[in-house]
Amino acid sequence: MREVAIVAAGMTPFGELWDMSLRRLFAEAALEVVKKAGVDHLDSIYVGNMSGGCFVGQEHLGPLMADQIGMAGVPSTRVESACASGGIALRTAFFEVASGASDLVLASGVEKMNDGADATNVLATAADQELEVYHGITFPGLYAMIARAHMAAHGTTEEDMSWVSVKNHRHGALNPKAQFPLEFTLEQVMNSTPVAEPLRLLHCSPVSDGAAAVLLCPLDQAKKYTDQPIKILGTGQATSAMALADRKDPTFLDSVQLSAERAYTMAGVRPGDIDVAEVHDCFAIAEICCIEALGLIEKGQAAGAAAAGLTALGGRIPVNTSGGLKSKGHPVGATGIAQAIEIFEQLRGEAGKRQVQGARLGLAQNMGGSGASSVVHILERT
Amino acid sequence: MPSPRYWREVPSRLRLEAARCSSCGKVNYPPRPICPGCRGEKSEPTTLSKTAKIITSTVIHIAPDDFLFEAPYAIAIVETPEGARFMSQVVDCDPSSIGPGTDVSLEFRLIRKEARSGILCYGFKAVPTASWEG
Ligand SMILES: [Zn+2]
Repeated sequence: MREVAIVAAGMTPFGELWDMSLRRLFAEAALEVVKKAGVDHLDSIYVGNMSGGCFVGQEHLGPLMADQIGMAGVPSTRVESACASGGIALRTAFFEVASGASDLVLASGVEKMNDGADATNVLATAADQELEVYHGITFPGLYAMIARAHMAAHGTTEEDMSWVSVKNHRHGALNPKAQFPLEFTLEQVMNSTPVAEPLRLLHCSPVSDGAAAVLLCPLDQAKKYTDQPIKILGTGQATSAMALADRKDPTFLDSVQLSAERAYTMAGVRPGDIDVAEVHDCFAIAEICCIEALGLIEKGQAAGAAAAGLTALGGRIPVNTSGGLKSKGHPVGATGIAQAIEIFEQLRGEAGKRQVQGARLGLAQNMGGSGASSVVHILERT
Repeated sequence: MPSPRYWREVPSRLRLEAARCSSCGKVNYPPRPICPGCRGEKSEPTTLSKTAKIITSTVIHIAPDDFLFEAPYAIAIVETPEGARFMSQVVDCDPSSIGPGTDVSLEFRLIRKEARSGILCYGFKAVPTASWEG
C-alpha cells in the first residue's frame, strides 16, 4: 500500500443553518478544499451521509454532490454507517489512494438535520427497528441505559458525566465554527431538563446542519498541494452486535476497542503516544466509555478524567479540543470528517487558542448507533 | 408499519418463541438462521419464561411520536432465566422506582398504535415484582 496524506480541509460552521440546503452545505466545504489545494480535477469522491432520505427526502448523493461542484463524470459514492458515515468515508477514500487506484480523492461528510424532519425518529433508524425502536426507545435512551449500567457497575456519577459537558463547552467556546461556543457551569448541566434518565439536555449533542471535507493524495505527491501534509498513519474499523441487549456488557463498547487496536497496530504506535484526540461524545457517557476503550485513560479512571482535568486542554491527553460533538455540533454524516479536520489543524499548529503545543500524533474516533460501528484514524505530523 | 412486517414477528413478539442453539446452548431471541455465539446452524425451538430481571433501564422524557402521550415512561433491557435479553417497557409502577436488578414479570400488552396502517401492535411489557434500591 502507498502512504497517504491529507493535504487540505474545508468545513462549514455547524449549527441551525436555515439558509443552507443539503447540497449547498456540501458544496461550500468541498469547494473550500478544491481551492485550497489548487486542484483542477478529482479522481473520486466519497460522501458520508446518514440519512438524506429521511431528513430531506434525498438519496443518491454521490452524483448529486459531484454535479454541485462541477465534477459530474467523476466517480462519487455515498457512504452510510449512521453517525460513523464520515469516518468510514475517510477510511474508504484512504484505501482508494493507498491501493494506487486513484491519486486525488475527496472524503466528505454532510447532514441537513434541521429541515422539518423529526430528528428523534430519524436518528432512531440507527438502532434496531424490530427489537429496540418498536418498544419506544430513543437514541438518548440507549445511551442512558449505558450510563445507568455504568453507574451501577463502576460507580460513575451524574457529576462525572456533567464534567465532560463542562469541559467540552470550555473547548468549544474557543472554536469559531462551533454551534454552541459558550460555557456552562456544572450546576447548569446538572439542572438541565431530563431527556432520558440519567441523561439531561446538556449531556446530549445537538441537532445540527453542516459539512466537512478533506483531500487525500499519496504522501509522495503531497508537497504539490501543501507545505504541510498530514500523514494517515493508521485506520481501523469494527462492528458489534446491533442491539444493545445483544452485547455481553452494556457498559463496554467492544467495537471501539477493536477498531482502536487495529488502528494502533497499523500505525505502530501505542495509546500513550497520542498527543490529542477527538472522540465520539454524542452523549457525555460515550466520551467516558470511549477514552477507556481507546486506552487513552487507564481502566477505572475514565469517569473522573474530565473532573480531574486529564482530558482538558493543558491536561495529560486533551480530548475533544474542538468542543466535541457536544459543543461543536453533530451533523451526523459530517462528524467523522470534522473530527479528522480538528486533528489535521492541531498537527499543523493551526488550532489557535485550542492549540495543543507540539502535537505530533493525533487520533480521531467516530462511532455509529449505540456503538455497533466504530472507526479510528491515527494522523501524524510529517 | 405494513401488515406483513408486523405479521412476520408475531411468533417471537407475541408468543416469546426463541431458539436454543444445539451446539453451545445459547438461547437466541428472536431465532436466527445462525447462532451469533458459535455460528451453529442447528437449534431447538423454546419459549421464554414470563419472568425476568432488569439489566439496565432509563426513563424516557423526550419520546418518539408514537409514544408522545405516554412520556415519561420506563424502558429496560431485561434478561429471562434462559439468558435471553431484550428491550421492554416497564409499566404499572413509578418509573423512577425500577433499575438494574429489579425482578419483573412479563405481561401481554398493547405496545403502540400504528396510525397509518391502523394496526394495534402488541407484545410484552415488564411489571416489577419488587422495588429497586438504586
Ligand atoms: Zn451457539
